Amino acid sequence: MSGTIVDPRMAAARAAPKRRLRLSWSDPLFRAIVWQVVIIGLAVLLAWYLIGNTNRNLAARHIATGFAFLGRVAGIPIGESLIPYNPAVDTFGRALLIGVLNTLEVSAIGIVAATIIGTLVGIGRLSGNWLLARLTGFYVETVRDIPLLLQLLFWYALLHNLPQPRQSLRVGDAVFLSNRGLKLPLLNWEPAHGWALLALVAGAVGTVLWNRHVRRRQEATGIRSPVWPVALSLLIGLPLAVWALLGAPLSWDMPALRGFNFQGGGTISPEFFALLLGLVVYTAAYIAEVVRSGIQAVSLGQREAGSALGLHRGTILRRIVLPQALRVIIPPLTSQYLNLTKNSSLAVAIGFQDVVSIANTTLNQTGQAIEGIAYIMAVYLTISLSISAFMNWYNNHVALVGR
Amino acid sequence: MSGARTIDEGEFTSMKFARSLYLCVLMFSLSLTTVQPASAQGSGSATLDAIRARGQLLCGTAGTTPGFSLPDSQGVMRGLDADSCRAVAAAATGDANKVKFVPTTTQNRFTALQSGEVDMLSRGTTWTLGREGNLGLEFAWVNYYDGTGFLVKKSAGVKSAKELDGATVCVAPGSTTELADADFFRINNIKFTPILIQDVSELQGAFLSGRCDAYSTDASALATFRFSQGPKAEELVLLPDIISKEPLGLVVRKSDDKWFDIVRWTFIAMITAEEKGITSKNVDSFMDSKEPDIRRLLGLEGDMGKALGLDNKWAYNIIKQVGNFGEMWDRSITPMGVPRGINNLWTKGGLQYAPPIR
Repeated sequence: MSGTIVDPRMAAARAAPKRRLRLSWSDPLFRAIVWQVVIIGLAVLLAWYLIGNTNRNLAARHIATGFAFLGRVAGIPIGESLIPYNPAVDTFGRALLIGVLNTLEVSAIGIVAATIIGTLVGIGRLSGNWLLARLTGFYVETVRDIPLLLQLLFWYALLHNLPQPRQSLRVGDAVFLSNRGLKLPLLNWEPAHGWALLALVAGAVGTVLWNRHVRRRQEATGIRSPVWPVALSLLIGLPLAVWALLGAPLSWDMPALRGFNFQGGGTISPEFFALLLGLVVYTAAYIAEVVRSGIQAVSLGQREAGSALGLHRGTILRRIVLPQALRVIIPPLTSQYLNLTKNSSLAVAIGFQDVVSIANTTLNQTGQAIEGIAYIMAVYLTISLSISAFMNWYNNHVALVGR
Repeated sequence: MSGARTIDEGEFTSMKFARSLYLCVLMFSLSLTTVQPASAQGSGSATLDAIRARGQLLCGTAGTTPGFSLPDSQGVMRGLDADSCRAVAAAATGDANKVKFVPTTTQNRFTALQSGEVDMLSRGTTWTLGREGNLGLEFAWVNYYDGTGFLVKKSAGVKSAKELDGATVCVAPGSTTELADADFFRINNIKFTPILIQDVSELQGAFLSGRCDAYSTDASALATFRFSQGPKAEELVLLPDIISKEPLGLVVRKSDDKWFDIVRWTFIAMITAEEKGITSKNVDSFMDSKEPDIRRLLGLEGDMGKALGLDNKWAYNIIKQVGNFGEMWDRSITPMGVPRGINNLWTKGGLQYAPPIR
């Protein structure tokens, strides 16, 4: 609840008439200013010395510097990419951007999946069901004790042992699972699909508004009308109707085995999947513990008071326990999100081309180690600070508000 | 190889972060050390003075590559790259054993050399313009002429690299192989999917398990890898296409020309010895030779060693303690089943040609 509470005495002190600054060592304000100027000055001097000296040494060793290499044609091959990439014409800058996108992709999906699994496992550990509680406990204790890198190599080795493309496991002629990854049919994108997607967004907004309206009416009249029929028609009916009105186009890009490998369709590569699996399984174990401790931090009296009021168990969990547990859960949960994102840099061990992998290749091909490492650091710092900022905002949002 | 063969040192594969950290530390040391001009009194080479004061040569090697640098069962580093370090140590200090082998990776090798962590690199590094132009390094000699090749499984039925359209290829990241492959597939207008794994044993595992259709790196490394598979070697085929030039060189820092000369002429001395038939076994019998070339090489006539800032017995020490170039080859590479080919003397159809020592 950080800075929201203001001690009235502090406010009074702040409002006190301004004192003149005396240029004397006995004045605490003057001393404070002098010390701060000295410390900032020292920090600036140190940074200036380090940067200047590095530059001098680089020049003395005839090492080229600067970020000009970002505009040079990369020529390095990249296995998987969310945006089009051609090594013959695209630059190192674009190659690195692909790395960042790959990192973001695996982190974003990983965070969502780890949160869901972690929450379920955390609640499972508190379950009255002996088997469920023991199984989830076993999972948490085992997974936390094995280094992540080993787990990644384990998952990757496991996926290697899937059959060759020609003997792949298949569902009809559409879905193939082999050691080249999971091949899925891909929807051929038509304008109608874009409009349907837009309708889905509109439907979601409508659902939120309707939900708010229902709640307001409940607060005013005590009558609660059901939300789901409207939500269902807005979320599914509306997009379907838009799509049907535009002629209901539907065709698939099917994967087919040609030459060495499957052509067409979409792919989930073993490298991506092994990394995702490793990160999710590992981080979910920690999140489970965070969730469990958060729930246990809510005193039993709260729960009993809820039952005494005659509330459902679900309502108690949703309305009483979870809102209070969230306050305990969110700060350590933020750390886990940051860990997952940073751990994704282990991708290089199993051949998924994240930002570290591509930046390493770049710094090897261009020889610009300082710039390459600086780039990696800047990327992780940006991602981590963004996650922190969002989670801090959310933390303040759910924090106890003094009324 | 430039990357591949050497890559990364399975032992501490894991510790990619350790590596990055190491890089950071190296860079930090770069930011702290001050430039020291070559001292006026010494040999004229700051590097040579430092080696003599320290009592040993710091030689950056891979330490994980059979035939090039790999510790044997007694923990002694063996291989062509390791012996190259020994030869330079013999020239610089008079004792081939005064070498400390510093393990380097494809990732940190240049930074290690630039920051003075090692005196030279002998770890299969491809000589390119970019590296000499941008990195403040120079290549003193080539101890292995190599080229990028492809290894495939016999069951794939591929006869030429041009039939690899649509194939998945296992490549070490950060190597010149990576660029050579991209160029080759682009030129031939065929597609491939790269799988880039840093740790070389993981990479080879991915190929053997069938994740990749082909494994691409320097042909020498493919040959030693195939050889190491024992009876299963028969199932693997080395494609005839060599798609790039990979001259693997000995690298030193720019700005110490004297040191560059010492490394370069060490190799010229070994090749000259092979041309003249002088070996570690028979070198003493040449000490009463009448041939001026041999007398100059062995320091019996002229001041060749002094011109390099070394003892006049420099070449004698190299030959006596390490051997000539052919001996180095026979000791390390021949057992791997790799023919000498273009690495032979120019008189035998190869590329190794020694300028005169006079």
